[in-house]
Amino acid sequence: MADEPKPMTLEDKLGLLTYKNDHQSHIKIHSNDVCLKCPNKPCTTGCPAAVYVWDEAQKKLIVSYENCIECGAARMLCPYENIEWNPPRGGFGVSYKFG
Amino acid sequence: MSDDKFDSIIVGAGPAGVAAAITMARAGLNVALLERGEYPGAKNVQGAVLYSKMLADVIPEFWKEAPLERALVDERLWVMTEDSAIQLGYKSTKFAQDPANSYTIIRVEFDKWFSKKAEEAGVTLLTGVTVSDILKKDGNVVGVKTTEGDELFADVVIACDGANSIMAQKAGLHREWSSQEVALGVKEILALPREVIEDRFGLEGNQGSTTEMIGDITKGMMGYAFLYTNKETLALGLGCALDDFQRTNIKPYDLLEELKRHPLIRRLIRGSKSLEYSAHIIPEGGFNSMPPLYTGGMLLAGDSAQMINPTHREGSNLAMASGKMAGETVIEAKKKGSFSAKTLSVYRKKLEDSFVLKDMDDHKDIEEKVRKNRDILTVYPRLACDAAHEYLLVDGVPKRDHQRRIIRRIRRERGIFQMIKDAISLRHAIG
Repeated sequence: MADEPKPMTLEDKLGLLTYKNDHQSHIKIHSNDVCLKCPNKPCTTGCPAAVYVWDEAQKKLIVSYENCIECGAARMLCPYENIEWNPPRGGFGVSYKFG
Repeated sequence: MSDDKFDSIIVGAGPAGVAAAITMARAGLNVALLERGEYPGAKNVQGAVLYSKMLADVIPEFWKEAPLERALVDERLWVMTEDSAIQLGYKSTKFAQDPANSYTIIRVEFDKWFSKKAEEAGVTLLTGVTVSDILKKDGNVVGVKTTEGDELFADVVIACDGANSIMAQKAGLHREWSSQEVALGVKEILALPREVIEDRFGLEGNQGSTTEMIGDITKGMMGYAFLYTNKETLALGLGCALDDFQRTNIKPYDLLEELKRHPLIRRLIRGSKSLEYSAHIIPEGGFNSMPPLYTGGMLLAGDSAQMINPTHREGSNLAMASGKMAGETVIEAKKKGSFSAKTLSVYRKKLEDSFVLKDMDDHKDIEEKVRKNRDILTVYPRLACDAAHEYLLVDGVPKRDHQRRIIRRIRRERGIFQMIKDAISLRHAIG
Protein backbone atom coordinates (compact mmCIF):
# COMPACT_ATOMS: atom_id res chain seq x y z
CA MET A 1 0.00 0.00 0.00
CA ALA A 2 1.26 3.47 -0.88
CA ASP A 3 0.61 4.76 2.64
CA GLU A 4 2.72 2.10 4.33
CA PRO A 5 5.96 3.47 5.74
CA LYS A 6 9.01 1.59 4.58
CA PRO A 7 9.59 -1.19 7.09
CA MET A 8 12.72 -0.76 9.16
CA THR A 9 14.66 -3.64 10.61
CA LEU A 10 16.35 -3.35 13.97
CA GLU A 11 19.68 -3.22 12.10
CA ASP A 12 18.38 -0.16 10.20
CA LYS A 13 17.39 1.47 13.48
CA LEU A 14 20.69 0.76 15.22
CA GLY A 15 22.52 1.92 12.08
CA LEU A 16 21.26 5.44 12.79
CA LEU A 17 23.23 5.61 16.03
CA THR A 18 26.73 6.74 16.92
CA TYR A 19 28.76 4.56 19.25
CA LYS A 20 32.21 4.71 20.71
CA ASN A 21 33.04 1.11 21.48
CA ASP A 22 35.11 0.02 24.41
CA HIS A 23 37.29 -3.07 23.98
CA GLN A 24 35.85 -4.44 27.19
CA SER A 25 32.22 -5.37 27.77
CA HIS A 26 30.11 -3.50 30.31
CA ILE A 27 27.75 -6.49 30.49
CA LYS A 28 28.46 -9.71 32.33
CA ILE A 29 26.44 -12.94 32.34
CA HIS A 30 27.01 -14.59 35.68
CA SER A 31 26.27 -18.16 34.63
CA ASN A 32 25.34 -19.64 31.26
CA ASP A 33 23.80 -22.58 33.15
CA VAL A 34 21.09 -20.25 34.37
CA CYS A 35 20.36 -19.18 30.76
CA LEU A 36 20.28 -22.83 29.72
CA LYS A 37 17.47 -23.50 32.18
CA CYS A 38 15.60 -20.24 31.52
CA PRO A 39 12.36 -21.17 29.73
CA ASN A 40 11.37 -18.10 27.70
CA LYS A 41 14.60 -16.04 27.81
CA PRO A 42 12.98 -12.59 28.04
CA CYS A 43 16.34 -10.85 27.51
CA THR A 44 16.39 -12.17 23.93
CA THR A 45 13.08 -10.45 23.11
CA GLY A 46 12.74 -7.55 25.54
CA CYS A 47 16.10 -5.90 24.87
CA PRO A 48 15.37 -3.04 22.44
CA ALA A 49 18.76 -3.51 20.75
CA ALA A 50 18.75 -7.34 20.64
CA VAL A 51 22.03 -7.42 22.52
CA TYR A 52 21.21 -10.91 23.86
CA VAL A 53 20.88 -13.74 21.35
CA TRP A 54 20.53 -17.40 22.28
CA ASP A 55 22.77 -19.57 20.13
CA GLU A 56 21.00 -22.92 20.04
CA ALA A 57 23.97 -24.75 18.48
CA GLN A 58 26.42 -23.58 21.12
CA LYS A 59 23.74 -23.56 23.86
CA LYS A 60 25.10 -20.21 24.84
CA LEU A 61 23.89 -16.65 25.31
CA ILE A 62 25.78 -14.38 22.91
CA VAL A 63 26.08 -10.80 24.18
CA SER A 64 26.70 -8.08 21.57
CA TYR A 65 27.51 -5.40 24.12
CA GLU A 66 28.64 -3.02 21.36
CA ASN A 67 24.98 -2.69 20.22
CA CYS A 68 23.76 -1.70 23.69
CA ILE A 69 21.78 1.55 23.74
CA GLU A 70 21.99 1.73 27.53
CA CYS A 71 18.28 1.66 28.37
CA GLY A 72 18.97 -0.36 31.51
CA ALA A 73 16.19 -2.91 31.02
CA ALA A 74 18.40 -6.03 30.95
CA ARG A 75 19.01 -6.06 34.69
CA MET A 76 15.30 -6.34 35.40
CA LEU A 77 14.38 -8.35 32.30
CA CYS A 78 16.38 -11.31 33.52
CA PRO A 79 14.16 -13.14 36.05
CA TYR A 80 17.25 -14.63 37.72
CA GLU A 81 19.39 -11.52 38.15
CA ASN A 82 21.92 -13.26 35.94
CA ILE A 83 22.77 -10.16 33.90
CA GLU A 84 25.16 -7.68 35.47
CA TRP A 85 24.90 -4.41 33.61
CA ASN A 86 27.01 -1.39 34.45
CA PRO A 87 27.23 1.84 32.50
CA PRO A 88 30.12 1.78 29.99
CA ARG A 89 33.32 3.46 31.11
CA GLY A 90 33.43 7.24 30.87
CA GLY A 91 33.02 8.51 27.30
CA PHE A 92 32.18 5.08 25.80
CA GLY A 93 28.93 3.65 24.50
CA VAL A 94 26.05 5.23 22.60
CA SER A 95 25.79 8.99 22.03
CA TYR A 96 22.30 10.16 21.17
CA LYS A 97 21.91 13.24 18.99
CA PHE A 98 18.23 13.83 19.78
CA GLY A 99 17.57 11.69 22.87
CA MET B 1 39.84 23.55 50.91
CA SER B 2 42.03 21.27 48.81
CA ASP B 3 41.74 21.22 45.04
CA ASP B 4 39.96 17.91 44.84
CA LYS B 5 37.38 18.67 47.51
CA PHE B 6 34.13 20.32 46.43
CA ASP B 7 31.22 21.63 48.43
CA SER B 8 29.09 19.33 46.34
CA ILE B 9 29.51 16.73 43.62
CA ILE B 10 26.51 16.02 41.44
CA VAL B 11 26.44 12.81 39.44
CA GLY B 12 24.48 13.22 36.21
CA ALA B 13 23.98 16.36 34.10
CA GLY B 14 20.27 15.83 33.42
CA PRO B 15 17.40 18.08 34.58
CA ALA B 16 17.81 17.20 38.27
CA GLY B 17 21.59 17.53 38.31
CA VAL B 18 21.77 20.80 36.42
CA ALA B 19 18.98 22.38 38.50
CA ALA B 20 20.85 21.40 41.67
CA ALA B 21 24.17 22.63 40.28
CA ILE B 22 22.87 26.06 39.25
CA THR B 23 21.08 26.53 42.58
CA MET B 24 24.25 25.85 44.57
CA ALA B 25 26.68 27.70 42.29
CA ARG B 26 24.56 30.86 42.52
CA ALA B 27 24.90 30.68 46.30
CA GLY B 28 28.68 30.63 45.88
CA LEU B 29 29.26 26.92 46.43
CA ASN B 30 32.06 25.08 44.67
CA VAL B 31 30.22 22.49 42.58
CA ALA B 32 31.39 19.66 40.30
CA LEU B 33 28.88 18.21 37.85
CA LEU B 34 29.89 14.79 36.50
CA GLU B 35 28.38 13.42 33.30
CA ARG B 36 29.15 9.99 31.86
CA GLY B 37 28.19 10.96 28.30
CA GLU B 38 30.60 12.62 25.90
CA TYR B 39 28.33 15.65 26.26
CA PRO B 40 25.30 16.33 28.47
CA GLY B 41 22.25 14.63 26.96
CA ALA B 42 24.24 11.93 25.14
CA LYS B 43 22.72 9.20 27.32
CA ASN B 44 19.34 10.76 27.96
CA VAL B 45 16.01 9.86 26.40
CA GLN B 46 12.67 11.58 26.87
CA GLY B 47 9.50 12.10 24.73
CA ALA B 48 9.90 15.04 25.33
CA VAL B 49 7.56 17.52 26.99
CA LEU B 50 9.07 20.26 29.14
CA TYR B 51 6.90 21.98 31.75
CA SER B 52 7.70 25.67 32.10
CA LYS B 53 7.12 26.41 35.76
CA MET B 54 9.86 24.22 37.22
CA LEU B 55 12.43 25.43 34.71
CA ALA B 56 11.45 29.09 35.21
CA ASP B 57 12.09 28.56 38.93
CA VAL B 58 15.73 27.89 37.98
CA ILE B 59 16.15 30.01 34.82
CA PRO B 60 13.62 32.88 34.82
CA GLU B 61 12.59 33.82 31.27
CA PHE B 62 14.23 30.67 29.88
CA TRP B 63 11.90 30.81 26.86
CA LYS B 64 13.89 33.73 25.49
CA GLU B 65 16.97 31.56 25.02
CA ALA B 66 16.31 27.84 25.57
CA PRO B 67 16.20 25.51 22.53
CA LEU B 68 12.46 24.88 22.56
CA GLU B 69 10.56 23.15 19.78
CA ARG B 70 6.84 23.93 19.94
CA ALA B 71 4.54 25.49 22.56
CA LEU B 72 1.84 22.92 23.30
CA VAL B 73 -1.62 24.22 22.50
CA ASP B 74 -3.28 20.92 21.63
CA GLU B 75 -3.16 17.78 23.77
CA ARG B 76 -4.95 14.75 22.44
CA LEU B 77 -5.84 11.34 23.79
CA TRP B 78 -6.77 8.59 21.37
CA VAL B 79 -8.58 5.53 22.66
CA MET B 80 -7.86 3.07 19.90
CA THR B 81 -8.61 -0.25 18.30
CA GLU B 82 -6.74 -1.67 15.31
CA ASP B 83 -8.60 0.60 12.86
CA SER B 84 -10.57 3.17 14.89
CA ALA B 85 -10.17 5.75 17.63
CA ILE B 86 -12.25 7.84 19.98
CA GLN B 87 -10.49 11.20 20.08
CA LEU B 88 -10.43 13.24 23.25
CA GLY B 89 -8.43 16.36 23.80
CA TYR B 90 -8.15 19.94 24.76
CA LYS B 91 -6.79 22.75 22.66
CA SER B 92 -6.42 26.35 23.61
CA THR B 93 -4.45 29.18 22.06
CA LYS B 94 -4.25 30.57 25.61
CA PHE B 95 -1.37 28.12 26.03
CA ALA B 96 0.48 29.72 23.11
CA GLN B 97 1.76 32.83 24.88
CA ASP B 98 5.25 32.67 26.31
CA PRO B 99 5.80 31.22 28.74
CA ALA B 100 3.57 28.43 27.51
CA ASN B 101 2.39 25.79 29.97
CA SER B 102 4.67 23.31 28.24
CA TYR B 103 6.88 22.90 25.19
CA THR B 104 8.21 19.99 23.21
CA ILE B 105 11.99 19.80 23.35
CA ILE B 106 14.80 17.70 21.91
CA ARG B 107 16.53 16.47 25.02
CA VAL B 108 20.10 16.45 23.75
CA GLU B 109 19.87 20.06 22.58
CA PHE B 110 18.10 21.06 25.76
CA ASP B 111 20.57 19.31 28.07
CA LYS B 112 23.52 20.92 26.28
CA TRP B 113 21.98 24.35 26.76
CA PHE B 114 20.92 23.73 30.36
CA SER B 115 24.35 22.46 31.41
CA LYS B 116 25.95 25.45 29.67
CA LYS B 117 23.87 27.65 31.99
CA ALA B 118 25.39 25.74 34.91
CA GLU B 119 28.89 26.38 33.59
CA GLU B 120 28.06 30.08 33.23
CA ALA B 121 27.00 30.05 36.89
CA GLY B 122 30.43 28.72 37.83
CA VAL B 123 29.86 24.97 37.95
CA THR B 124 32.76 22.69 36.96
CA LEU B 125 31.27 20.35 34.34
CA LEU B 126 33.25 17.16 33.71
CA THR B 127 31.99 15.01 30.81
CA GLY B 128 32.95 11.46 29.89
CA VAL B 129 33.21 10.59 33.58
CA THR B 130 31.42 7.46 34.82
CA VAL B 131 31.10 7.00 38.56
CA SER B 132 31.58 3.41 39.67
CA ASP B 133 31.35 3.70 43.43
CA ILE B 134 30.78 6.00 46.35
CA LEU B 135 33.37 6.78 49.00
CA LYS B 136 32.32 6.60 52.63
CA LYS B 137 33.88 7.69 55.90
CA ASP B 138 32.39 6.92 59.30
CA GLY B 139 29.18 5.78 57.61
CA ASN B 140 28.72 9.02 55.66
CA VAL B 141 29.18 9.51 51.93
CA VAL B 142 32.21 11.74 51.34
CA GLY B 143 32.89 11.38 47.62
CA VAL B 144 32.84 9.26 44.49
CA LYS B 145 35.19 7.00 42.59
CA THR B 146 35.24 6.95 38.79
CA THR B 147 35.71 3.99 36.42
CA GLU B 148 39.20 5.35 35.76
CA GLY B 149 40.04 5.11 39.46
CA ASP B 150 39.96 8.83 40.25
CA GLU B 151 38.58 9.87 43.62
CA LEU B 152 36.69 13.11 44.13
CA PHE B 153 35.54 14.42 47.50
CA ALA B 154 32.69 16.68 48.63
CA ASP B 155 30.63 17.61 51.65
CA VAL B 156 27.51 16.32 49.91
CA VAL B 157 27.08 14.10 46.86
CA ILE B 158 23.81 14.46 44.97
CA ALA B 159 22.85 11.40 42.94
CA CYS B 160 21.06 12.55 39.80
CA ASP B 161 22.21 9.56 37.76
CA GLY B 162 18.81 8.65 36.48
CA ALA B 163 16.76 5.50 36.24
CA ASN B 164 19.89 3.34 36.15
CA SER B 165 21.26 4.87 39.33
CA ILE B 166 24.45 3.22 40.44
CA MET B 167 24.82 5.71 43.28
CA ALA B 168 21.64 4.91 45.17
CA GLN B 169 22.41 1.20 45.08
CA LYS B 170 26.02 1.63 46.12
CA ALA B 171 24.89 3.77 49.05
CA GLY B 172 22.56 0.95 50.06
CA LEU B 173 19.51 3.21 49.65
CA HIS B 174 17.75 0.73 47.43
CA ARG B 175 18.07 -2.72 45.93
CA GLU B 176 17.65 -3.29 42.22
CA TRP B 177 14.25 -2.29 40.82
CA SER B 178 11.96 -5.16 39.88
CA SER B 179 10.46 -5.52 36.39
CA GLN B 180 7.14 -4.30 37.86
CA GLU B 181 8.71 -1.04 38.96
CA VAL B 182 9.92 0.15 35.58
CA ALA B 183 8.53 0.65 32.10
CA LEU B 184 10.53 0.35 28.89
CA GLY B 185 10.09 3.09 26.31
CA VAL B 186 11.23 3.05 22.68
CA LYS B 187 11.07 5.97 20.32
CA GLU B 188 11.98 7.24 16.88
CA ILE B 189 12.63 10.76 15.67
CA LEU B 190 10.99 11.21 12.28
CA ALA B 191 11.94 14.13 10.04
CA LEU B 192 9.29 16.01 8.05
CA PRO B 193 9.24 19.53 6.60
CA ARG B 194 7.88 22.07 9.02
CA GLU B 195 4.89 23.04 6.82
CA VAL B 196 3.88 19.38 6.49
CA ILE B 197 3.84 19.00 10.28
CA GLU B 198 1.81 22.19 10.68
CA ASP B 199 -0.70 21.13 8.00
CA ARG B 200 -1.13 17.58 9.23
CA PHE B 201 -1.60 18.55 12.86
CA GLY B 202 -3.50 21.81 12.30
CA LEU B 203 -0.81 24.01 13.84
CA GLU B 204 0.39 27.56 13.34
CA GLY B 205 3.90 28.93 13.78
CA ASN B 206 5.69 27.46 16.76
CA GLN B 207 2.58 25.89 18.23
CA GLY B 208 2.56 22.16 18.76
CA SER B 209 0.47 19.15 19.74
CA THR B 210 0.85 15.92 21.65
CA THR B 211 -1.16 12.75 21.08
CA GLU B 212 -1.20 9.95 23.62
CA MET B 213 -2.68 6.65 22.49
CA ILE B 214 -4.07 3.77 24.51
CA GLY B 215 -5.66 0.55 23.36
CA ASP B 216 -4.82 -2.36 21.04
CA ILE B 217 -1.46 -0.90 20.09
CA THR B 218 0.11 -2.16 23.33
CA LYS B 219 -1.47 -5.61 22.90
CA GLY B 220 -2.85 -5.71 26.42
CA MET B 221 0.43 -4.59 27.94
CA MET B 222 0.20 -1.77 30.46
CA GLY B 223 1.38 1.33 28.69
CA TYR B 224 0.69 3.84 25.96
CA ALA B 225 2.04 5.27 22.74
CA PHE B 226 2.78 8.92 21.99
CA LEU B 227 3.27 11.22 19.03
CA TYR B 228 4.73 14.66 19.72
CA THR B 229 5.37 17.46 17.25
CA ASN B 230 8.73 19.20 17.14
CA LYS B 231 9.64 21.96 14.67
CA GLU B 232 10.90 19.69 11.90
CA THR B 233 10.55 16.27 13.45
CA LEU B 234 7.96 14.07 15.11
CA ALA B 235 8.70 11.93 18.14
CA LEU B 236 6.79 8.65 17.90
CA GLY B 237 7.18 6.08 20.63
CA LEU B 238 5.60 3.81 23.17
CA GLY B 239 6.26 2.62 26.68
CA CYS B 240 5.00 -0.48 28.47
CA ALA B 241 5.58 -2.11 31.83
CA LEU B 242 8.77 -4.15 31.68
CA ASP B 243 7.15 -7.19 33.31
CA ASP B 244 4.70 -7.19 30.38
CA PHE B 245 7.56 -7.32 27.86
CA GLN B 246 9.05 -10.07 30.02
CA ARG B 247 5.80 -12.05 30.12
CA THR B 248 4.73 -11.68 26.49
CA ASN B 249 8.08 -11.90 24.69
CA ILE B 250 6.92 -9.03 22.48
CA LYS B 251 9.88 -7.25 20.92
CA PRO B 252 9.75 -3.49 21.58
CA TYR B 253 11.08 -2.56 18.12
CA ASP B 254 8.49 -4.82 16.41
CA LEU B 255 5.76 -3.09 18.38
CA LEU B 256 7.12 0.29 17.31
CA GLU B 257 7.07 -0.82 13.66
CA GLU B 258 3.44 -1.95 14.09
CA LEU B 259 2.59 1.42 15.55
CA LYS B 260 4.10 3.13 12.50
CA ARG B 261 1.91 0.99 10.23
CA HIS B 262 -1.35 1.63 12.15
CA PRO B 263 -3.83 3.10 9.64
CA LEU B 264 -4.45 6.17 11.82
CA ILE B 265 -0.74 6.78 12.48
CA ARG B 266 0.86 6.03 9.14
CA ARG B 267 -0.95 8.94 7.45
CA LEU B 268 0.55 11.32 10.02
CA ILE B 269 4.12 10.14 9.51
CA ARG B 270 3.92 9.48 5.75
CA GLY B 271 7.07 10.40 3.85
CA SER B 272 9.10 10.92 7.02
CA LYS B 273 12.69 9.84 7.44
CA SER B 274 13.81 8.21 10.65
CA LEU B 275 16.73 10.08 12.20
CA GLU B 276 17.17 8.23 15.47
CA TYR B 277 15.99 5.22 17.41
CA SER B 278 16.30 5.29 21.18
CA ALA B 279 15.19 3.40 24.27
CA HIS B 280 15.23 3.82 28.02
CA ILE B 281 13.66 2.46 31.13
CA ILE B 282 11.27 4.74 32.99
CA PRO B 283 11.14 4.34 36.77
CA GLU B 284 7.38 4.15 37.20
CA GLY B 285 7.19 2.38 40.53
CA GLY B 286 5.99 5.64 42.02
CA PHE B 287 5.60 6.66 45.63
CA ASN B 288 5.56 3.10 46.96
CA SER B 289 8.91 2.30 45.30
CA MET B 290 10.75 5.43 46.33
CA PRO B 291 14.00 4.77 48.13
CA PRO B 292 15.00 6.88 51.15
CA LEU B 293 15.88 10.26 49.63
CA TYR B 294 18.90 11.01 51.79
CA THR B 295 21.61 9.54 53.92
CA GLY B 296 24.61 11.15 55.61
CA GLY B 297 26.45 13.16 52.94
CA MET B 298 24.14 12.21 50.06
CA LEU B 299 20.81 13.14 48.46
CA LEU B 300 18.84 11.56 45.59
CA ALA B 301 16.87 13.56 43.02
CA GLY B 302 14.89 12.90 39.84
CA ASP B 303 14.66 9.48 38.20
CA SER B 304 17.24 7.99 40.56
CA ALA B 305 14.59 8.41 43.26
CA GLN B 306 11.67 7.15 41.08
CA MET B 307 10.26 10.67 40.75
CA ILE B 308 7.86 10.02 37.90
CA ASN B 309 4.14 10.65 37.65
CA PRO B 310 3.18 8.56 34.62
CA THR B 311 -0.54 9.34 34.86
CA HIS B 312 0.31 12.95 34.09
CA ARG B 313 3.34 12.34 31.85
CA GLU B 314 5.53 14.21 34.34
CA GLY B 315 9.12 13.41 35.28
CA SER B 316 11.69 15.94 34.14
CA ASN B 317 9.76 18.67 35.97
CA LEU B 318 9.83 16.61 39.17
CA ALA B 319 13.55 16.17 38.52
CA MET B 320 14.16 19.92 38.20
CA ALA B 321 12.06 20.74 41.26
CA SER B 322 13.74 18.05 43.39
CA GLY B 323 17.19 19.03 42.09
CA LYS B 324 16.55 22.64 43.12
CA MET B 325 15.37 21.56 46.57
CA ALA B 326 18.39 19.28 46.94
CA GLY B 327 20.62 22.25 46.10
CA GLU B 328 18.84 24.44 48.66
CA THR B 329 19.22 21.70 51.27
CA VAL B 330 22.99 21.60 50.71
CA ILE B 331 23.23 25.41 50.93
CA GLU B 332 21.46 25.30 54.30
CA ALA B 333 23.61 22.40 55.50
CA LYS B 334 26.74 24.30 54.51
CA LYS B 335 25.62 27.26 56.65
CA LYS B 336 25.08 24.90 59.57
CA GLY B 337 28.34 23.11 58.90
CA SER B 338 26.62 19.73 59.22
CA PHE B 339 26.02 17.16 56.50
CA SER B 340 24.55 14.41 58.62
CA ALA B 341 21.45 12.46 57.65
CA LYS B 342 19.57 14.44 60.29
CA THR B 343 20.52 17.78 58.74
CA LEU B 344 19.81 16.57 55.23
CA SER B 345 16.41 15.16 56.23
CA VAL B 346 15.00 18.64 55.63
CA TYR B 347 15.14 17.68 51.92
CA ARG B 348 12.37 15.12 52.40
CA LYS B 349 10.33 17.74 54.26
CA LYS B 350 10.74 20.23 51.39
CA LEU B 351 9.55 17.62 48.90
CA GLU B 352 6.59 16.70 51.11
CA ASP B 353 5.56 20.34 51.30
CA SER B 354 5.78 20.71 47.50
CA PHE B 355 3.73 19.30 44.62
CA VAL B 356 6.38 16.60 44.10
CA LEU B 357 5.49 14.22 46.92
CA LYS B 358 1.87 15.35 47.16
CA ASP B 359 1.23 14.35 43.53
CA MET B 360 3.22 11.15 43.85
CA ASP B 361 1.31 10.18 46.98
CA ASP B 362 -2.02 10.87 45.27
CA HIS B 363 -1.18 8.67 42.29
CA LYS B 364 0.56 5.85 44.12
CA ASP B 365 -2.03 3.13 43.51
CA ILE B 366 -2.99 3.68 39.88
CA GLU B 367 -0.44 1.33 38.30
CA GLU B 368 -1.29 -1.47 40.69
CA LYS B 369 -5.02 -1.10 39.95
CA VAL B 370 -4.47 -1.20 36.21
CA ARG B 371 -2.02 -4.09 36.52
CA LYS B 372 -4.63 -6.16 38.37
CA ASN B 373 -7.20 -5.26 35.77
CA ARG B 374 -5.13 -5.10 32.61
CA ASP B 375 -7.93 -5.86 30.18
CA ILE B 376 -9.47 -2.44 30.80
CA LEU B 377 -6.78 -1.17 28.41
CA THR B 378 -8.19 -3.22 25.55
CA VAL B 379 -11.82 -3.95 26.50
CA TYR B 380 -12.86 -0.35 27.06
CA PRO B 381 -11.29 1.14 23.92
CA ARG B 382 -13.02 -1.58 21.91
CA LEU B 383 -16.37 -1.03 23.61
CA ALA B 384 -16.09 2.74 23.25
CA CYS B 385 -15.19 2.55 19.57
CA ASP B 386 -17.93 0.01 18.86
CA ALA B 387 -20.49 2.16 20.69
CA ALA B 388 -19.43 5.24 18.72
CA HIS B 389 -19.60 3.24 15.52
CA GLU B 390 -23.16 2.10 16.25
CA TYR B 391 -24.13 5.62 17.27
CA LEU B 392 -22.88 7.19 14.06
CA LEU B 393 -23.90 4.45 11.64
CA VAL B 394 -26.85 5.37 9.43
CA ASP B 395 -28.01 2.12 7.92
CA GLY B 396 -31.81 2.25 7.97
CA VAL B 397 -31.98 0.48 11.34
CA PRO B 398 -33.91 2.50 13.97
CA LYS B 399 -31.72 4.32 16.52
CA ARG B 400 -33.40 2.46 19.39
CA ASP B 401 -32.14 -0.83 17.95
CA HIS B 402 -28.63 0.58 17.70
CA GLN B 403 -28.82 1.66 21.33
CA ARG B 404 -30.02 -1.80 22.40
CA ARG B 405 -27.15 -3.33 20.51
CA ILE B 406 -24.67 -1.09 22.36
CA ILE B 407 -26.12 -2.01 25.76
CA ARG B 408 -26.15 -5.72 24.88
CA ARG B 409 -22.56 -5.56 23.79
CA ILE B 410 -21.48 -3.84 27.01
CA ARG B 411 -23.39 -6.39 29.11
CA ARG B 412 -21.76 -9.24 27.29
CA GLU B 413 -18.19 -7.89 27.32
CA ARG B 414 -17.98 -6.37 30.77
CA GLY B 415 -21.29 -6.18 32.62
CA ILE B 416 -22.69 -3.04 34.18
CA PHE B 417 -21.59 -3.91 37.72
CA GLN B 418 -18.05 -4.69 36.65
CA MET B 419 -17.92 -1.35 34.83
CA ILE B 420 -19.04 0.49 37.97
CA LYS B 421 -16.43 -1.42 39.98
CA ASP B 422 -13.72 -0.49 37.46
CA ALA B 423 -14.75 3.14 37.59
CA ILE B 424 -14.74 3.28 41.39
CA SER B 425 -11.43 1.48 41.61
CA LEU B 426 -9.71 3.85 39.20
CA ARG B 427 -11.37 6.89 40.73
CA HIS B 428 -9.89 5.96 44.12
CA ALA B 429 -6.49 5.33 42.62
CA ILE B 430 -6.39 8.72 40.91
CA GLY B 431 -7.49 10.31 44.21
